[in-house]
Amino acid sequence: MADQAVSRPASSFRLPSLSALGPLLALILLVALGAFLNDNFLSQGNITNVLARSAFIGMIAVGMTFVITSGGLDLSVGSMAAFIAGVMILAMNALLPSMGVGVPLILAGMGVALAVGLAAGLANGLLVTRAGIEPFIVTLGTMGIFRSLVTWLADGGTISLDFAVRQLYRPVYYSGLFGIAWPILVFALVAIAGQVAMRHTRFGRYCEAIGSNDKVARYSAVSVEGVRLATYVLLGLLVGLATIMYVPRLGSASGSTGMLWELEAIAAVIIGGTALKGGYGRVWGTVVGVLILSLIDNILNLADLVSPYLNGAIQGVIIVLAVVLQRGKKSSA
Amino acid sequence: MTAAPVLELRDVRKSFGPIEILHGIDFALHPGEVHALIGENGAGKSTIMKILGGFLEPTSGQVLLDGRPAPYASGAEAEAAGVVVIHQEFNLAPDLTVTENIWLGRELGRVFLDHKAMRAGTQALLDQLDTHISPEARIADLPVSDRQMVEIAKALSRKARVLIMDEPSAVLTQREVEILFRQIDRLREQGVALLYTSHRLEEVTRLADRITVLRDGAVVRRALRGELTEDGMATAMVGRDLQDIYPERRHSMGEVALEVRGFHVPPLVHDVSFTLRRGEVLGISGLVGSGRTELAEGLVGLRPATGDVRRNGVAVHIRSVRDAAHHGMAYLTEDRKERGLLLDKTLRENLTLSTLPRFGTPFISDAREETALTEAIGEFDIRAPRRDMKVGNLSGGNQQKLLLAKTLLPDPEIVIIDEPTRGIDVGTKSQIYAFINELASEGRSVIVISSDMPEILGLSDRVLVMRQGRLAGELEGERISETNVVRLVMGTSEGANGEAAHG
Repeated sequence: MADQAVSRPASSFRLPSLSALGPLLALILLVALGAFLNDNFLSQGNITNVLARSAFIGMIAVGMTFVITSGGLDLSVGSMAAFIAGVMILAMNALLPSMGVGVPLILAGMGVALAVGLAAGLANGLLVTRAGIEPFIVTLGTMGIFRSLVTWLADGGTISLDFAVRQLYRPVYYSGLFGIAWPILVFALVAIAGQVAMRHTRFGRYCEAIGSNDKVARYSAVSVEGVRLATYVLLGLLVGLATIMYVPRLGSASGSTGMLWELEAIAAVIIGGTALKGGYGRVWGTVVGVLILSLIDNILNLADLVSPYLNGAIQGVIIVLAVVLQRGKKSSA
Repeated sequence: MTAAPVLELRDVRKSFGPIEILHGIDFALHPGEVHALIGENGAGKSTIMKILGGFLEPTSGQVLLDGRPAPYASGAEAEAAGVVVIHQEFNLAPDLTVTENIWLGRELGRVFLDHKAMRAGTQALLDQLDTHISPEARIADLPVSDRQMVEIAKALSRKARVLIMDEPSAVLTQREVEILFRQIDRLREQGVALLYTSHRLEEVTRLADRITVLRDGAVVRRALRGELTEDGMATAMVGRDLQDIYPERRHSMGEVALEVRGFHVPPLVHDVSFTLRRGEVLGISGLVGSGRTELAEGLVGLRPATGDVRRNGVAVHIRSVRDAAHHGMAYLTEDRKERGLLLDKTLRENLTLSTLPRFGTPFISDAREETALTEAIGEFDIRAPRRDMKVGNLSGGNQQKLLLAKTLLPDPEIVIIDEPTRGIDVGTKSQIYAFINELASEGRSVIVISSDMPEILGLSDRVLVMRQGRLAGELEGERISETNVVRLVMGTSEGANGEAAHG
């Protein structure tokens, strides 16, 4: 009876629950709607465009999934991206006379981006874990700091990458492998690695445990502060990576670069089914969330059904709806 | 009988699920009297207070207010009817002022608040209680004893005719207790009916006009002032034979596995020294708040602590649960819902959480985890309708068995188990006792911390008693008896064979 029921391991292959499939269904509906409204929607050019634009927010959102799952939050990622882009371009311009135009210069720039991302994530993480300040407050503060620093570096204007360097760097955004753009490839790798890390490694398991109940985690010999710190550092590095892919697109950075990325990233995480209060993370859901958000934008631009100016309103409705549906599922379970 | 009772229970029974925990209680509170309700932890005192205060409904029997069925079904309605409970955890909003708390939910004034009237009302109440608390003080800034006074003032402002106090002195210093007693005397003179509970029997002697002793959910003794000595109370509370739910002990003790000298866990635990042998079950008894849990948490690195700790004769420094695990020590928390288990995760994730590195690097092996779960389910007889269910949906007993399995997964040599059977039915209790006994016979050392007296006596080879953060005494062999332990726990001066030295 009861004993028999438990003695058999649960079948390891099961269909995800309906609530988990919700965002996926929404995505499929959106694709169908897009194809119905505009013949160009499914063209390779448009698909590449949508995916490549999703890639920046997407990489950040994957990192954000870990932060949120472990009970944290990071509002600073948009400003952080702008700051990293500014420092990266300034560094490359400064190194240009000594290194000359070439791959080493680009690599140096990438190294600077990752290093600044790591340092920024470390700053956020240390303030949260060591100083014990609420993540919301810490990252609200650093959000303002990063944004203001990049505006100051640009002296209120725009920081532009040297023209010759930009020509060399361009392919990182515009070219690709097997016809797939680099940003899309990198995003795909990040997403797969994130999904595996969340489901199959200690790090992911610890993030969920801490978000679920950090006291239990502490009593279970989990280094709660260490894991939390790691999530912020990981997110910082991913913001650096996203910036590396973003800079060749425009070749410049200003005070308005990466504006509101943090909210898009958080929205994608929530739409994807990760609990905002932590304890449960779904990386593939986040990817679906990112795609939903950019598809809405794309469809509104392609079809003249609704004014593109209403994009934000529709995204807002979707976010609230996603949370309402998840809550409905919880109370009925 | 001085006067007709204000509030009365008649043949009240209460069951939770299939388990009846109150068996036909008759109990009455009279105006102008202090009625003390005493008994061991788990005897049913809190349940009775909750029923009186409208927080619980009896399964059968009557609650009578002024001789008529009590017209309330909730704590709020009971308060409106003049029956006020002061809980051990105060019911005050810490960020509001004294005045704001006292008038909370019944603010004076129509559109705008009448601050002046409320302040004056508060001042009058505080004057009546003869305290110097400012009506403008924030609760968070007040010492615990003042908060107690605010609770009493709040009760008075609700025109309490019945005041139920759940161990009000537990958090107070001796001087504050004196103030509390004067207020209780004053309330008694004003004709309020008071219910008082305390583990300190000398307080009961000093205050109570009537005493009711509770044991295992039944009234075992009723007495008027002066009819019962403190010793008589302790005997009445205890007088119970050990049931055979305890395994027969055949422990052969080995060498010293753990030696603790001059151990301090600020701010509560001071200068604790003891040894623990292989194959031994060491019981630690004492009241809640006596520092038992703090001592254990200090030992396994969950709290900052100082002192000499030797494992197998070698000095060790344990600063985290991980360090403790490294030295073969594991701690099972008393709070399984908040500190022990992730209630919204599955059995598997809970079982392996503290030993995850053993299940594969970098990738966790699902297969190995499932095998471990299958073994744990078999070994500890965990009864779960589904393997992949959330732990929060398991019964308390099965949660506890899972927590035990989780704690023992790293194969520790020293296991500290805090409240092994809290909130668990008797069948599972005896299973858990068998596991504990088996641990010792395998040559492990077990420390059992418990508020349950029979449990301590039934399991332990040796008993340490803690009182106010210090070791009050140690009992071994023949001297382990309920009376001796109770005397050490309560600190009654008669002493248990000279062992009850204070500090």
